[in-house]
Amino acid sequence: MAAYRTPRSTTLGERLREHGVSRRGFLKFCAATASMMALPPSMAPAIAAALEQARRPSVIWLSFQECTGCTESLTRSFSPTVENLILDVISLDYHHTLQAAAGEAAENARMEAMQANAGKYMVVVDGSLPGPDANPGNSTIAGVSNLEMLKETVAGAAAVVAVGTCASFGGLPKAEPNPSGAVPVSDIIQDKPLINVSGCPPVPMVITGVLAQFLTFGELPELDEYNRPRAFFGQSIHDRCYRRPFYDKGLFAESFDDEGAKKGWCLYRLGCKGPMTYNACATMKWNGGTSWPIESGHPCLGCSEPDFWDAGGFYKPLSVPLGNSSEVLLTAGAVGAAIGAGAGLLSRHKSKAAKAKHQSVTVEELEQKL
Amino acid sequence: MINPMELLLFVKGPLFQAALAIFAVGILIRLVEIFALGRAHNYAEPRGGELVPGLRTVYKRFNPDPGTFKSAPFDVVVGIIWHIGFIVALLLFIPHVELIKATFGIAWPALPNPVVDGVTAITLVGLVAALIHRITHPVKKFLSTPGDYLIWGVTFLPVLTGYLAYHRLINPYPLALSIHILSAELFLIVLPFSKLTHIFTAFVARWYNGATFGRKGVQS
Repeated sequence: MAAYRTPRSTTLGERLREHGVSRRGFLKFCAATASMMALPPSMAPAIAAALEQARRPSVIWLSFQECTGCTESLTRSFSPTVENLILDVISLDYHHTLQAAAGEAAENARMEAMQANAGKYMVVVDGSLPGPDANPGNSTIAGVSNLEMLKETVAGAAAVVAVGTCASFGGLPKAEPNPSGAVPVSDIIQDKPLINVSGCPPVPMVITGVLAQFLTFGELPELDEYNRPRAFFGQSIHDRCYRRPFYDKGLFAESFDDEGAKKGWCLYRLGCKGPMTYNACATMKWNGGTSWPIESGHPCLGCSEPDFWDAGGFYKPLSVPLGNSSEVLLTAGAVGAAIGAGAGLLSRHKSKAAKAKHQSVTVEELEQKL
Repeated sequence: MINPMELLLFVKGPLFQAALAIFAVGILIRLVEIFALGRAHNYAEPRGGELVPGLRTVYKRFNPDPGTFKSAPFDVVVGIIWHIGFIVALLLFIPHVELIKATFGIAWPALPNPVVDGVTAITLVGLVAALIHRITHPVKKFLSTPGDYLIWGVTFLPVLTGYLAYHRLINPYPLALSIHILSAELFLIVLPFSKLTHIFTAFVARWYNGATFGRKGVQS
């Protein structure tokens, strides 16, 4: 990424033109961004003006306990559209998967960027990290623990973007029994503006959209209770699903190759977690708007929600309880039956004993007692 | 504050298992105790069988007798409506059928969502009407104990929260679903230790009644 660090003074508009992006194409992107963020169309010129003038912001991308899927999503799926160029023209000063430098040179790039842009750079994190109570040796980069590197890098940052469900909520590393003591970024960073862009991986346009918003307004977008941008995570998959009419009519696929599945009916009974999942897949789709999981016939896994990995089987309907209910029922039933039988027999015994103790008394005897 | 997803996983997981265990232990204690107590030995020669007349009474008591209908038509009509609605919503809604299949290993066909939705709305109206009647009717009001109102609430809540969750009127959805499951768990826990036990014992009592009639040779 060394090439991207110079020239720092060039504006985004100039860089886009250098990359052959027409003014028209650029404005189209701005209009699309405005609509994605639920802003009025009149905001598109304002976004364009802000982006034109934006200096290439320095971005430090930290990859911790992750699978690189987030980076794959970002770099591959949308290439070579204007969104990709937006990322080209931010100054991605450190990203140990993408950067050419290795070893000390790579770490020096991070330190350099931190010093040169102190207080202004943006930190993007993908992957969870071993928490303060975990063995720091569970995940290290250049001999530095993830926790230490995060704290050190974020100290001088303007804002932090947690990309992917691992960075946002702990994700797969945090799944039961969480052997590495993984925690999300939000557990560690509490004194900086933080945006969670969850998803496993997130929709690429959501990542670029969040960066565009930050460049345009210099402030965080409106966030939901999980610090996710409302513009992209404001509505559930279920509410925007094109198969929703089938749910409302009660038409469901019951296996992956039955008539319902072939007709494209609702996948609720096959384990779709769409009703509890908030993400932009249903509207923005994947692979440049080609398709998305439900459109290709697979239920939503709920990957943008916290603890999705532990939220029950992917192919079990949302209403199915977690754990082994049948076993609990049998055990509890047996215990209940045993206690019930015991109580019944005890009562029987009591009434028999009472009967045995019963003494008859005559009127004369009673009168004598009086 | 606990986040909605954590709440959902807790109520769907350990809390549901706990509620299910309390329900199973409780209801089986009640039922098995009743059966284990047995009946006093009847030395009279039986004049007829017990099984068929018993079952016939279980069925026949679904029809309100004319006297009851005449003296309390509201209770009969509204009572039947919301009881049927409650059972339909509980047993014939697709997500519930899936839950029962996963828990009890048995399944049956379900009704389309819009039908269950309509039935649920009627059930809600019926339950509210029943409460208003209870509060405004002097005799019913006099007879009602705090327990009666508690049981009304415990019955009303799962229907209401289910309706709200289905129509996504509480956001985020994990919170809506959590509240609904929580109210259902409350119902399960309260069931064996309250008059809700009638869900099971009503049939036991009816059968004993019919069986006694049958044994005596009286029409059940």
